[in-house]
Amino acid sequence: MSAAPLRGQDWPLWEVFVRSKGGLNHRHVGSVHAPDSELALRHARDTYTRRMEGVSLWVVPSAVIVASDPADSGPMFEPAGDKIYRHPTFYDIPDVVKHI
Amino acid sequence: MPSLPVIEPDQIRHARSAPDGGAFDAPVPGEHEAARTDYLCRLGDDALILGQRLSEWCGHAPALEVDLSLANLALDLIGQATNFLSEAGDADRLAFHRDVLDFRNCWLVEQPNGDFARTMARQWLFSTWQHMLYGALTASGDAAVAGIAAKAVKEVAYHRELAAEWVVRLGDGTEESARRMADALEWCWRFVPELFEVDALLEAMIERGIAADPRLFEEAYRAEIARVLGEAKLAVPADQRPILGGRRGHHGEHLGHLLAVMQHIPRSFPDATW
Repeated sequence: MSAAPLRGQDWPLWEVFVRSKGGLNHRHVGSVHAPDSELALRHARDTYTRRMEGVSLWVVPSAVIVASDPADSGPMFEPAGDKIYRHPTFYDIPDVVKHI
Repeated sequence: MPSLPVIEPDQIRHARSAPDGGAFDAPVPGEHEAARTDYLCRLGDDALILGQRLSEWCGHAPALEVDLSLANLALDLIGQATNFLSEAGDADRLAFHRDVLDFRNCWLVEQPNGDFARTMARQWLFSTWQHMLYGALTASGDAAVAGIAAKAVKEVAYHRELAAEWVVRLGDGTEESARRMADALEWCWRFVPELFEVDALLEAMIERGIAADPRLFEEAYRAEIARVLGEAKLAVPADQRPILGGRRGHHGEHLGHLLAVMQHIPRSFPDATW
C-alpha cells in the first residue's frame, strides 16, 4: 500500500511479472494502473493471466525501477562487445550433458 | 412494482391432470422433476442476469483494468448460467426465449448498475452469498449440481474478494466515495433478505438433499458483511422492508429492459448462428 491518495490524476503504474510455471523465472509482461499494491495484483491477474498464462505474479511500482540511460549505452554496453573470452565457448562439452 | 404472474392454459391443464383435479398442494406426476428444473433456473438465472448486467460495463468502466475485471466476472457468471440452465433444459432457449415472468432470479441481481459504487455493493452482497451457497452445494445429493458448484466456487471466491476490496477502498476512501458506497449499500440492502428466503419449493428441495439451506449460513453472512464494513469504516445499513418474489417470477420493471437487450437478436433471428 505504497501509493498516496490521488486527486484528478491517473492511478500509479505497476510493472507486471508472470511466472508461467514452477521452476521458471518471472518474466516481465507489461504494466497496469492501480491505486495500490493489492489492486495492482488483481488488475494484473485480470489483465495478464486470463488464459492460464501463470502460476505466480509480481507487481512492482514502475516508479521504483532504476533504468539505465539510453544516452549512456556506449560506455555502458559497448566495452563488452570485444571480450569474447568472457563467453564460455572454449570448453568441450561432453555430449551427455544436455542442458548448460 | 411486481406484476402478478399469469396462469397459462397449460398450467391449468397440468393441474387438472392430477388425481384430485389440482386441489391445493396436490402432488402431480412429474412434480419432482419440475421442482428440480425450477431450482436449477433459480441458480442459473441469478448468474445469467448478473452476468448480463456486468457486461453492460464493457467499454464504460472507470479504467481499462477495471473494465477487464468486470468482463471477467461477467464471463464466469455466464459460464455458470450455461451449466445450470443446460442441466435444466436447453440453455439457449431458457435464456433467450423465456419472458420476464418465467425468470427465477432474485431481485438483487437485476438491479441497474447505477454508479461504480452501486455495482460493487451489489456484487459484494451477492458474491458473498453465492460463495457460501456454492460451498454448501458442493455437498448436494444431485451430482450435476455438486459438480457445477465445485467448479464455480473458486471463481466466486475471487469475485467476492475483489468486490470486498472495492467496498473497503470506496468506503475508506474520499468523502465522495464513502458517501456513494453508503448510498449504494442502502439501495441494495432491501434485496438481501430474499437471498435467505425459503419458500415451499426450496424447502422441498432442501429435504430431498438437492438444494442448500441458506438459513444455515445467514449468521456467517451477516458477520462477514459486518466485518468488511468495519474495515470500510461504514455502518451496516438499517433493515428495510424486504422485497421478495423474484423466485416466483415477480420482478421489477428493470428486468424487462435487460431482457429486451439480451434477447432481441435471438428472437428477431431465431435461426442465427455465430
